[in-house]
This record gives sequence, structure tokens and C-alpha cells, in this order.
Amino acid sequence: MKNLGIIFRRELSSYFATPLAYIFVVIFLIINGIFTFDLGGFYLRGQADLLPFFSFHPWLYLFMVPAIAMTLWADERKTGTIELLLTLPVKLSEAVFGKFLAAWVLTGIALILTFPIWLTVNYLGDPDNGVIIAAYLGSWLMAGGFLAIGSCMSACTKNSVIAFILTVSICFLFVIMGSPILLNSFPEWIPQLIIDAFSALGFLSHFDSISKGVLDVRDILYFILFIMSWLLSSAIVIEMKKAN
Amino acid sequence: MVEIKNLTKKFDQFIAVNDLSFSVGEGEVLGFLGPNGAGKSTTMKVITGFLSPSSGSILIDGNDVSINPIAAKALIGYLPEGAPCYGDMTPLEFLKFIAEIRGFQGQECIDRVQHVIREVELQKVCMQSIETLSKGFKRRVGLAQAILHDPKVLILDEPTDGLDPNQKHHVRELIKSLAKDKIVIISTHILEEVSAVCSRAIIIDAGKIVADGTPEELESKSQYHNAVNVQLSAEYDLPKDLSALANINLQNDSGNNYTITSKNGQSIFAEISEIAQQKKWPISELYVKRGQLEDVFRSVTQKAREGIE
Repeated sequence: MKNLGIIFRRELSSYFATPLAYIFVVIFLIINGIFTFDLGGFYLRGQADLLPFFSFHPWLYLFMVPAIAMTLWADERKTGTIELLLTLPVKLSEAVFGKFLAAWVLTGIALILTFPIWLTVNYLGDPDNGVIIAAYLGSWLMAGGFLAIGSCMSACTKNSVIAFILTVSICFLFVIMGSPILLNSFPEWIPQLIIDAFSALGFLSHFDSISKGVLDVRDILYFILFIMSWLLSSAIVIEMKKAN
Repeated sequence: MVEIKNLTKKFDQFIAVNDLSFSVGEGEVLGFLGPNGAGKSTTMKVITGFLSPSSGSILIDGNDVSINPIAAKALIGYLPEGAPCYGDMTPLEFLKFIAEIRGFQGQECIDRVQHVIREVELQKVCMQSIETLSKGFKRRVGLAQAILHDPKVLILDEPTDGLDPNQKHHVRELIKSLAKDKIVIISTHILEEVSAVCSRAIIIDAGKIVADGTPEELESKSQYHNAVNVQLSAEYDLPKDLSALANINLQNDSGNNYTITSKNGQSIFAEISEIAQQKKWPISELYVKRGQLEDVFRSVTQKAREGIE
């Protein structure tokens, strides 16, 4: 566990050693602002909540998160540092989790820095801050889900651009899984149970309920299991593809 | 003690390392030679636990790399091929990271890093990011990382590749000074390096050992070992004088330059010089050649190739 912390710190500080972390945070904040105030109609709605802010997050993450995740393992492979890292006395699980955690904390930092929006809504009205905190948590968990997919895709290839495209595609699939557009396109003869199960695998149904302030253990468990299984797949892929 | 028993590594159908067995004891500096693609790097990757063997086992001081990887890896210092490092870090940050992973804390961690920086002479660049460093410095950072925890087993994959002669000399001196109570395995295809630093050399080809011995032993396997080189200052019929000797081969290299090789590797210099004095050869140069590792290397690796075809 000690090594996990060391790897985590190294990864996080390396995000801030390059412009990557700053660019990510700044762009994230700008786009969030545009989505919330312009497209989301934050003022027009006349309601003291952050629904327009959070409801764009899945779509924002779809492009932003794969951009951080793409280098996680692809770069290690490309520069050969994977050989260095994995011949140090560390467990593969510590490396996979430490790297993931660093990227996850970076998205967390970006998320926390959106606090002016929260201040604005508190200044203008009297929102339910419990709901907002729950929604922040849900949004961060969802970012973790995106990242875990990215970690696995990044482990598949040396090329970070390929990792990016793969991650976006798979994340897109998980975002639209629960959306009505896709669900309505199922033929009638498919049992409702299967359609429900399918939609339950997507991000949106879980994120929506959390962002409305319903902190259901099942939704949290969904994200945690989702992250764990993708990280496990990352470890398996890394183990399998070490040679090339 | 590093023991490698019947190690085989396959990639799909391709056999990179084929039933390799050897052991290396303390104080030995083993040069691991072979043509490109012979399986040197693969063997090192398996010994260090980066790749898992298809069959066979590797024991590092009794720890099986496949069964007890963390304990085995803790004993090893490894410089991978090309000396990969995290380019966005400075050598100081990078070495501190390695020291922490190696389990050093607090003052000891700082001392270790400072010591190793002095040892490989990185003082001038230790605050500069690694990606901006020259190849020689990058290689030294990689080396520093490998020797930081004073490992019992040091495995270096082409440690002097791409360095200038001064840097090569420096790295070799460093390896020699480290080697006393350690096991050092160096892969290289620079043969002079083997004579310079190694106490033992193994030549592998197509994943198999084709020669194993001290550099001197290997040199003596050369067909030119104990050969006598004769340079004449005027035309002279050497073959006639030497036709009586059965255990030699005479070879005309160019003009008046001859190489006389001994068929059984015995020293023939005394005999030749006696004949030369009797017959009053017009000699300008007469000397004994030492076997060249290069000749041995070529002959054993080509023999192995022919065997396959």
C-alpha cells in the first residue's frame, strides 16, 4: 500500500510538471461555464439548483477524461518506462491503482475548482446544498468510470491517440446505453427485463439519480464495481501485452 | 547467486530463449554476448521479472522470480535497454522516487540519492528535467537508478550503448568498482567491453549458449590464437621453408605479409623464429597474434546459424 501512495504522488506531480494539468483544468472550467450559463439556461430557468451544470457532465467527460487517461499506460509503453516501473519491487495492482488514482484526483481538483458556480447559485437563491454535494460526488464517480475505461484502453496500445479514440468510443457507448433514443430503438419482442438490465449498465441512469440528490448505495456500488472491473481488465491487458 | 535453470521463452511460435541454463556467483561480472536478436534482452527481461518465462525457473539468492517476485526484484538493480526514465522529472525527483519505492525513508533516502548522484556525477544536471539531458547523462541517470539501493544483483542491458569513449570508460570504471561483492550481468555487443570489465563471458545465439568461459579462454578458441605474423621486407619463398612443418597453416595476407596459424592452438613462435634465423628471412616484423574475441564471436555464432539451416 505504501508503494501505491508513492506512485500516486509521482503521477500527480508529473501532471503538474507539464502544462497538461493546467490546460485540462482551465478548459474544463471554461467549457463548464459555457454549458451551464449559455446552453443550460442557468438564469432563464429561474431555479436555484445546479441541474444544468451537472447534466452536461457526461458529455463533457466524454472528451475531456479520455484526454487524461490516454497517456496512462500508452506513454509508459512508448518510452519503455513500463519496464522500469514493473521491475521495481511493486505489485502491478499498486501501479494500476496508483496511476488511476492520480488521474482521478486531477479530475476531482478540476471539479472542486468549479466552486464559483456553486457560490453563484447560493448568492442568487437558496439551493439544497445536500443535493449539490451528492451531485458533485456522483459526477466524480462517473469521471472515475470514464477514467477506468481509459486506463484499460491505454494499456492496449502504445499509441495514445488510438487510446483516446477507443476510450471515447467505449465511453460513448456507456453514456448512451441508458438514453431513451437507444432504448426506444429496441424491437418490441425483447423482454423488458433485458432492456432494463441493459439500461442499468449505462452511466446515465445512475448519475441522474445521484445528481438529483438520491444517494442510493446501489448507484455508488455500480460505479465502484465498474471502476474495479475496468482496472482489473487494465492489469490483465498490461500483463498480456508486456512483451510487445 | 543467480541461477537460471532450463529457461525457455516463446513468443507465439518464435522461440527467443531456448532451454538456457547457467549460474552466476558473487564477484563475477558476466558479459552476455550475442548478435542482435539472439535473445540477450529477452533473457534479461525474464531474469528481472518483467516477462514471465514460458518454462524453467530463475532463482535470485534462492527467491524464485515467478513465485516471489517482490523479494527477487528488491535484490536486483536493472538498467533496461535504452535507459528509460520519466522525462518530465528532474534526476533528483526521479531518484528520490526510486529511493522511496526501494523502501528508503527520511534522511536515509536523501543520503542515498545524494551519494548516487555523486557517484555517477550528475551534480550539474540534477535540477534539469531528464528529457532535456544529453544521451550520456540520461544513461547515467538510468545507471544511478539501478545502483541506488546497492543491489546484490546488477543487470545492465547495453550500459554503454551510444556513449562517447570518455563516458564509456567512466561507466566501465564504475561497473568495475561496484563489482566486488556483487553479481553483475552486462549485455553488450561491444566486444572490447568484455575484455575490459568482464570476468566471464557467455555468447548466446538463437537463444542458446554457444560459448562460456573467461574472456581469455574464449580468445584461445580463436583460430588466430598463437598465430605468428611475419612481415618481410623483400620477396622470399616462405612456403618452401615451412613445408616441413606439419602443424601449421600458412596464409598470405597481402604482398609480403604472412600469417602462420597453428593447427592445434599450441605456441609455434619458437619454432618459426628458429627457422627464420637459420634461413635468414628478410624480416621487418615478427610477432605473435592474440586470439580476438571477435573471431570467436563470429565463428561460434555463424556455426550455430549454419547448424539451424
